[in-house]
Amino acid sequence: MAVKTLTINGEQYSAQEGESILSVARQHNIPIPTLCHLEGLSTVGACRLCVVQIEGIPKLLPACTTKVEEGMVIHTANEKLNKYRRMIVALLASEGNHVCAVCVANNHCELQDLAYEVGLVRVRYPYLFPKKTLDATHKDYVMDHNRCVLCTRCVRVCDEVEGAHVWDVAGRGINCEIITGLDYAWGNSQTCTECGKCVMVCPTGALFEKGVTVSEMEKKKGFLKYIITARQKKEWVSISND
Amino acid sequence: MTLEDLQELSEKEQQRQSEKKHRILYCSAAGCVSCGSDKVSAALKAKIKEHALEKECEVIGTGCLGLCGEGPLVKVQSDNTLYQNVDVQAAEQIVESHIISNTKVAAHLSDMSAPFFASQTKIVLENCGEINSESIDEYIGVRGYEGLARAVNEMQPAEVTEEIRKSGLRGRGGAGYSTGLKWGIVSKAHGEQKYVVCNADEGDPGAFMDRSVLEGDPHRVLEGMAIAGYAVGATQGYVYCRAEYPLAIERLKLAIKQAEKMGLLGNRILESQFNFRIDIRIGAGAFVCGEETALLQSIEGKRGNPKPRPPYPSEKGLWGMPTLINNVETFANIAPIIRNGSDWFSKIGTEKSKGTKVFALAGNIKNTGLIEVPMGIPLRKIIFDIGGGTPDGTEFKAAQTGGPSGGCIPSDHLDLPVDYESLSKVGSIMGSGGLIVMDSTSKMVEVAKFFMQFCMDESCGKCIPCRVGTRHIYGLLDKISKKKATQDDMVLLEELCMMVKETSLCGLGQSAPNPVLSTLRFFRNEYEVLLQPVETYMGEPGVEVNFEK
Amino acid sequence: MAQGEKQQHPSGDNRFKLLDRAITKHQARGDALIEVLHVAQGIFGYLENDLLIYVARALKLPLSRVYGVATFYHFFNLKPNGEHTFVLCMGTACYVKGAEHIQTALEEHHQCKFGQTTKDNKVSFITARCVGSCGLAPVAVLDDAVVGKLNPEESIKRVEQLKNTPREVLA
Repeated sequence: MAVKTLTINGEQYSAQEGESILSVARQHNIPIPTLCHLEGLSTVGACRLCVVQIEGIPKLLPACTTKVEEGMVIHTANEKLNKYRRMIVALLASEGNHVCAVCVANNHCELQDLAYEVGLVRVRYPYLFPKKTLDATHKDYVMDHNRCVLCTRCVRVCDEVEGAHVWDVAGRGINCEIITGLDYAWGNSQTCTECGKCVMVCPTGALFEKGVTVSEMEKKKGFLKYIITARQKKEWVSISND
Repeated sequence: MTLEDLQELSEKEQQRQSEKKHRILYCSAAGCVSCGSDKVSAALKAKIKEHALEKECEVIGTGCLGLCGEGPLVKVQSDNTLYQNVDVQAAEQIVESHIISNTKVAAHLSDMSAPFFASQTKIVLENCGEINSESIDEYIGVRGYEGLARAVNEMQPAEVTEEIRKSGLRGRGGAGYSTGLKWGIVSKAHGEQKYVVCNADEGDPGAFMDRSVLEGDPHRVLEGMAIAGYAVGATQGYVYCRAEYPLAIERLKLAIKQAEKMGLLGNRILESQFNFRIDIRIGAGAFVCGEETALLQSIEGKRGNPKPRPPYPSEKGLWGMPTLINNVETFANIAPIIRNGSDWFSKIGTEKSKGTKVFALAGNIKNTGLIEVPMGIPLRKIIFDIGGGTPDGTEFKAAQTGGPSGGCIPSDHLDLPVDYESLSKVGSIMGSGGLIVMDSTSKMVEVAKFFMQFCMDESCGKCIPCRVGTRHIYGLLDKISKKKATQDDMVLLEELCMMVKETSLCGLGQSAPNPVLSTLRFFRNEYEVLLQPVETYMGEPGVEVNFEK
Repeated sequence: MAQGEKQQHPSGDNRFKLLDRAITKHQARGDALIEVLHVAQGIFGYLENDLLIYVARALKLPLSRVYGVATFYHFFNLKPNGEHTFVLCMGTACYVKGAEHIQTALEEHHQCKFGQTTKDNKVSFITARCVGSCGLAPVAVLDDAVVGKLNPEESIKRVEQLKNTPREVLA
């Protein structure tokens, strides 16, 4: 594998050919906000929070799917990028029904963390207050569509890691919704293995365990790296949920 | 079948046609069919039979004759006479008076010397309205498949690509990327299987160019695809056609069957080593599938969610293999370029935009229909000479090109030459060729709202800026049009437009704000008169965010 | 259908044989899902759950994926339409020529929004994204016939005629 040298925020770095900008940035603790991305799942480039500016390219490109190239000069943050990221989180806030104070994932929520990270204090778009449902038919877990940000992590983990493909996205545009089977109640799903992977990778309080109350739902994502290393390398590493 | 056989067939067909005293053509494209051209054709045939003229006259269904707004159209090919608004009675008159007693039917005569016809240059549409759209013999009679025969027998694949590159042809789907360069990338890409895909998902509302080409001259598109397949090393092609075009699909199916039967598609084409199959894939009503990565997802039987580029389809496309995607009109240009040479083609048009462009003229304009003009022609000439201007008593206001991804061009810019660069300079795009004329009765805020609603409904929902951003832009436009908005909403609107444009994943989202931005640029006053005066301004905008921990 | 795995629909409905033929033609490949759904809707008129399950099993796809595709594309109906359909084109050309007024007039006259079916189940009102007959704008497709150069009054008259025509006669 060839080594590529590139500049991120004025500093020089070297990276492996085929690596994504995000991966290089993470290795060197350069912060780039992400939401749909999760190490161990396929990248979809959907949330657009990780867009970066690359000199010589007129378009902003997502760090998660863009591969490094020799001599790239990348800026991961500037006034415009920060503003756009703030706007994206604001759009998410206005799209669902997010009320942190009564949410099971309060203090353990990636959307909440993102709001702090990008400095969102004011949402200038009207809240859409969509009529969404809550599915508590599963014996162990609950899906609250009000808090779903459509990152599709649950869909991907169920398809790619568990192999059950219980979840998918139905509808289109603003009416998209995560579904099981033919829009069945989750509890009636014959394919769900009750493994709980979807719950653990969900960035918000949309998927949670039954019985938890406000602030009690901690998502433990360490299992993903554990399973994937075991499958790929036959190595069983220690689990870290940080 | 060899090149010689093909030429022999061509001569035979020309001979057959020259033996007919009259060829009466009726338009069998969708527009005329829906105003009764089937009744007209039946009447023509019945009259011919009644007078026992079958030997010397033939009645033929052709592709679009152009002047769709005046349909049904009938053309007497022998003396190049066009009749418009033909009904059963007129059809009978045409046979009895024009064919039998050589007196033209004045009441339905269309003026063929009018600028609508005289100002056009036809390459893509050269056969539309001249030949029977369901007959491969007639296509061969006008040197059809000669380009393919020359390519596979006399040229190396790289020479074909080079010829297309030299012609200066650029993608007709909207973005205008050099077709030759694209072919070069696909032919150099590694993959055990390569694909050629024809994008016939003409989703721009107000555009019907591709439909007319597919309905009127389907073999031309198949030939272009086969030449492309030979050039890039592909053996399988797909036409992705929208389900709303049943007649186009039917004609394509028939054309593929005819070409396979004659050895012009399939294995060992024209006795060469080249194999190429074409299959049809039918869309299911999603505008976003016109975006190339979404189109490929749809061919694979999935939701039409676009994927980030790079990797580009030319490297990793259908099932991960190198895939060439061009649109209908681009493929329709290929055969004539190979047949007549790149020099011939590059003489037409401007320095950077070669050849012609097909436009679908519609909206508030006298002559609605399908036209083909050389690149670089001033917009004024298209709208006022060819299109005849706006209906009496109204004033031209703006021309809209590029559909929901494009913009409005006001009267100050009417002398703009129509080419890729000039249109993008004024904030619009060439697009696939829909050209909608708006007159003084059109309200620009409403027009912007109409397009934004379209984009909102057609957003796939994958990326946040497009999914939620278009919803809020629509909301703001609605608020403005209902006179409830303030200057702050205007600021918000412009910010959102820029953000959606710059951060969306695919072309749909990236261009969705264009109609708003362009109407803001040229018709800002129409927005501002709808705003609330500043006096009613109510405190700080927005609400405190409730992300408290 | 895959070899040796001929699946017979328990209802004994012969229409499933037609569907099977299409599935076999595509070698029961998952990527033929959209093609197969087109055929299924063509045969049955709409895609009810039972049918989606049948297709999913035959193509060996997860149910949620089939449902996701069926709801993504507007061409697919999960509910039956009324006896007749009135598809109003909402393309740009038709919009500029006043399709919106036709929509408002029809909605008021029939007390039925576009996207819905009248209470007597006679007519479904649907909007379309350009049917490609822009030269005749504004255009509507009544059952299978394209009608151009419409106006509100004419549209209301046409819908009344449509209602009073049994579907078979039109077909």
